[in-house]
Amino acid sequence: MMKSKLFWPIVVLLIILLINLFFDKNFFTIEVKNGYLTGSLIDILNRGAPLLLVSIGMTLVIATKGVDLGVGSVIAMAGAVGAMTVSGANGDSLVPLFTAIAFVIAISILTGIWNGVLVSRIGVQPIVATLILMVAGRGIAQLITDGQIMTVYYDPYTFIGGGHLLMLPFSIFIVAAMLVIASFLTRKTAMGLFIESVGTNPEASRLSGINSKNILLMVYVFSGICAGIGGLILSSNVASADGNNAGLWYELDAILAVVIGGTSLNGGRFYLMGTVIGALIIQSLTTTIYSIGIAPEINLVVKAIVVLIVCLLQSPEFRKKVFGVFNMKQTEKKSKNEGVSIS
Amino acid sequence: MTKGFQLDSKHLPLAATIGLFIVMFLFGSLRYTGFFSTQVFLNLFIDNAFLIVVAVGMTFVILSGGIDLSVGSIIALTSMVAASLTMNAQLSPALVIPLSLLVGTVLGFSMGCLIHYFNLQPFIVTLAGMFLARGLCYLINVESITINNEFFSFMASTRIPVGGGNFISISVIIALLVVVAAIFVAHFTKFGRNVYALGGSEQSALLMGLPVGKTKILIYTVSGFCSSLAGLIFTFYMLSGYGLHANGLELDTIAAVVIGGTLLTGGAGYVAGSVVGVLILGIIQTVIVFEGTLSSWWTKIAIGGLLLLFIVLQRVIVARSKTTQTSIASH
Repeated sequence: MMKSKLFWPIVVLLIILLINLFFDKNFFTIEVKNGYLTGSLIDILNRGAPLLLVSIGMTLVIATKGVDLGVGSVIAMAGAVGAMTVSGANGDSLVPLFTAIAFVIAISILTGIWNGVLVSRIGVQPIVATLILMVAGRGIAQLITDGQIMTVYYDPYTFIGGGHLLMLPFSIFIVAAMLVIASFLTRKTAMGLFIESVGTNPEASRLSGINSKNILLMVYVFSGICAGIGGLILSSNVASADGNNAGLWYELDAILAVVIGGTSLNGGRFYLMGTVIGALIIQSLTTTIYSIGIAPEINLVVKAIVVLIVCLLQSPEFRKKVFGVFNMKQTEKKSKNEGVSIS
Repeated sequence: MTKGFQLDSKHLPLAATIGLFIVMFLFGSLRYTGFFSTQVFLNLFIDNAFLIVVAVGMTFVILSGGIDLSVGSIIALTSMVAASLTMNAQLSPALVIPLSLLVGTVLGFSMGCLIHYFNLQPFIVTLAGMFLARGLCYLINVESITINNEFFSFMASTRIPVGGGNFISISVIIALLVVVAAIFVAHFTKFGRNVYALGGSEQSALLMGLPVGKTKILIYTVSGFCSSLAGLIFTFYMLSGYGLHANGLELDTIAAVVIGGTLLTGGAGYVAGSVVGVLILGIIQTVIVFEGTLSSWWTKIAIGGLLLLFIVLQRVIVARSKTTQTSIASH
C-alpha cells in the first residue's frame, strides 16, 4: 500500500475530511431528502465535477510535458455558447438542449485544435500557445454574452449540472463516464504508452514510429472537450453564463490537482486516479475554507503555497538538499526495501 | 551574401514591427479625423508607461529563455500595498514608494531562487507567484481602495509641456529612463551579455564558466522590480489600489516583447523592440477607441491574433536560418 502513488494523496484527502468533522459533527452524514441523497460528501463530488473533468484532460496534456492554460477561458466560452443557444428556448422540447451540447462540444474541439496545432505543428511552447486562448478566449466569451451575465429560463438545460439520476447528482455520472473513457483509451489501448513516450522524449518517439504530432494534437483536443463539458456543467448548475468569472483560476486548480496526483510536470508517467483524488483534495480544501469560516480570499494564497510545496517535493534537488543531509542512508535502504514513498 | 541574409532575417521581426506601426498609424490617420497629431502619439506613451516598464523587465526574462507570468498580479499587489499604506496606515509617500518597490523585488528574488536552486520550471513558479500575489491583494482588501493624497495626485495630473501645446506625464519620463537604463544594462554590462548567453544555450553558458545561477536570480529580481515600478506608475494612473487591476496583463506584456522581435526561445532580441511592441498594442487600443462602436474586448482578441502572427513569423525565420546553416555546412 505504501508503494502506491495514491497513498499520500488519499491520506491528505482523509485528513482534510477529518478536519471538517471536527468543525461539523454531521459532515459525514448522508441523508435522503426529496428522494435525493444529500450531504457534504455528495456536495463535494457535485461541486467538484467541473474541476474533475478539467483535471482529467489536463493530466494527459501534462503527461506530454505540456500545459493547457486556456481551460478557464474554454469553460467561460462553453458556458456562454451553451446559454446563448438555449436562451430563446421555452417549454420541454429537448431539441435546444442537444443543439447546445453539440455546439459546446464543437467549440471545445475547435479550441483544442487551435492549441494542438500551435503546439504540435508550429512548435510554440505550450505555455505561450495556450496563454493566447487564456486571454483572447475570455474576450470571445464576453463578446458572446455581450458583457452581461446571461440567465437561462429553460429547465432541461439545468438538468446537466443540477439534475439527479438514481438519487445522485447527474454531473457525477458525466465525470464517471469521461473517466472511464480516458482510462480505457490510455490503459487498454497503446494510447497511454504513446502519450507517456511523447512526454518523455518526443524526438525519440517520432524515430520509433510514433506520430508525436498527432498524439499532441489529440491530447489538447481531449483537454478542450473536458473543459467544454466542465463549462456546460458549471453554467447549467447556476442556470446562467458569466463571461468574466466562469472558470476563473481553474488553470491553477487543475494543474495543482494533476501535480498532487503524482504526475510530474516534466512529462512522462501519468496517474488518472491520482488526479481524481487531487481534484477531490482541492474541492474539499475549498469547501473546508468556506465551512470553517476563513475568508474565501485566502483560498488563492493557500493554493499557491500548496502548489509550490508539491513542486518542491517533486524536485530532486530539493529532496537532496532537505532530506539528503539527515537520512541519506535511510532513504537508500528504504528505496531498496519499500520503493519510493514520496514523489 | 549569406551573411547579409542572416543579418537581415535576424532583424526581420523588428523591421516588420516598425513597418506595422507606421501602417497602423497611417490607417488611423486616414480613417479618423484628429488621429494624426503629436498628442495622439504622445498619449500612446502616457497610457502605456506602465506597460513599457513591465515589458522591459519581461524582455530580460524572455531573452534568458524563461517566462514570468506573475507580472500582472505584482502590479495589482503593488497598487494595493501603496494604496493601503497611504490611506489606511497614513504613511508618507517617501516611505510608501520604497516599500511598494520592495514588494515585487522580494517576490521576484524568491521566485528566481526557487527556479535556480531547486531547478523548478519558471512557468509553474511564476504561475504560483501570480496566484499568490492576487491572493495577497484580497487579503489586504477585497474592495478597491481609492487614493486621496497630494503627492499621488501631483504625480497623476502634472503635465510636462513638450512644445506645440503637447504634453507628457511624469510616468513617461520614468518609463523612458527605465528603457535607457535597460538598453545600457543589456548591451554594455557583463550581466547583459550573460543574459544573452544564458538564452542562447544554458549548457554552453555553464561550461563557459558564466555565473548562470546568479544571473537567473537577478533576472527574475529585475523583472519583479520592474513590475513593482510599473505597479506604482499604474497607481499614479488609476489613483486606486484593487485586486483585479492589470488582470491578464501577462499576455499583453509577452505579446509586446514577442512583437518587438525577441525570440521566445531566448538569446535574440532588443529592449527597444519591446517598446515598439508596446506602442503597437497601444495603437490597437487607440484605433478601437476611435472606432467607438467596437467592444473593448476586441483589444484582447486582436492582441492574441497579432501574437500568433508574430510567433509564426519567428518559427519561419528560425526554420529558414537553420536550413541555410545546414546547406552551408553540407557545401
